Amino acid sequence: MAEQTFMLQVITPMGSFYQKDVQRVIFTTTEGDMGVLPGHEPITAILDIGKLQILEENKNKVAAVTGGFVIVSVEEGVRIFADTAEWPEQIDIPRAEAAKERAEKRLQEKQANINAARAEAALRRALLRLEVGQHYRND
Amino acid sequence: MATMREIKQRIRSVNSTKQITKAMNLVSAAKLQKARGKLEEVRPYFNETKHIISTILKYSEVLQHPYLTPREGNKKAYIVLTSDRGLCGGYNANVFKEVLAQAKPQDQVSIISVGRKGKDFFQKQQYHLLAQYQAISEDPTYMDAAKIGELAIKMYQEGTIDELHLVYTSFLSTIQQAPIILPLLPLEPSIFKEETQEKAPLMRYEPNPEEVLGYIIPKYVNSLIYGGLVEASASEQGARMTAMDTATENASTMIDHLTLQYNRARQAAITQELSEIVGGAEALQ
Repeated sequence: MAEQTFMLQVITPMGSFYQKDVQRVIFTTTEGDMGVLPGHEPITAILDIGKLQILEENKNKVAAVTGGFVIVSVEEGVRIFADTAEWPEQIDIPRAEAAKERAEKRLQEKQANINAARAEAALRRALLRLEVGQHYRND
Repeated sequence: MATMREIKQRIRSVNSTKQITKAMNLVSAAKLQKARGKLEEVRPYFNETKHIISTILKYSEVLQHPYLTPREGNKKAYIVLTSDRGLCGGYNANVFKEVLAQAKPQDQVSIISVGRKGKDFFQKQQYHLLAQYQAISEDPTYMDAAKIGELAIKMYQEGTIDELHLVYTSFLSTIQQAPIILPLLPLEPSIFKEETQEKAPLMRYEPNPEEVLGYIIPKYVNSLIYGGLVEASASEQGARMTAMDTATENASTMIDHLTLQYNRARQAAITQELSEIVGGAEALQ
């Protein structure tokens, strides 16, 4: 069977992150996880902090994405505009761990002048980085 | 007339200044290259964000959005991008001139300054500073822009400010830069109407167009701020390069002039000595 593929582009403000023909992509939107196969209906959705799972040449690749938005269109395939995107190898694990501790401490202290939503988002980013960085290294 | 020794000392000091300005020129040239590369990288993201906003605005009839509706109030905020360090010619002064001309009346204006020079200036002029950032302008990251953008958007939502503008130096070429004031919020829906008669694309918005717009507009503002930061840093380096180039040239002219003076003084000293010897010999006869 001829494998069907579509174009996937991941673009961040720091430049293009990924650009290839892929078989499937799964990402986390604010409404839940969403998988895209070839021939998907056009849609624009908001990305949440989550994993980006790409199936490329029958191999799975995972990256950590911290929010942004995604556009699926017929002509241009899937374009993901992420705030940041990192491969497992690019993640600085000690830094993510420090960020996790910092965010946890802030949430525990529950001071009035601390923005709980921000600390929570920071914690989720740190946890995502740790998960992707530790479990998906393929070296 | 200055003595030979004094002139020689002057030459030496001008020469060492010249070496410094020349080195600074080279450093700025290298940094400029880097900043220009960054500028290219942000462009696709920025263009696409703009494109989505225009598509949503055009086809989904969301016209009553807080980010789009001008307000009654007149509290303006300006994000002013300046440098941390000096020796860059009129770079900062041009930005200040632009702000002073536009930001009136002073009691309705508040400033978010980026760069030490901006903070110093607006403090001295007794403007209301909402926030100030330093150590960003030379090597800006998207995170820096997002931090500034979030703060400004929060203030806009809370009603602390009614208008938000970005003041930065646009990079026209290495030797030409011009200060620009760019309105950020509320967004002018008219800037997004450039795209002509494209048929309505079949597109679903998850969860709905309003929320997507509410999410994407802050991203767009952040990417504008980031673009401004990167462009301003390229301009800063360009301005510094030109300033240092001129300084190096001036130093060379000065050295030429001083060398001429030195040679004249030397010649005068020789002539005087000779005439003294001749005069002395004649007196002995």
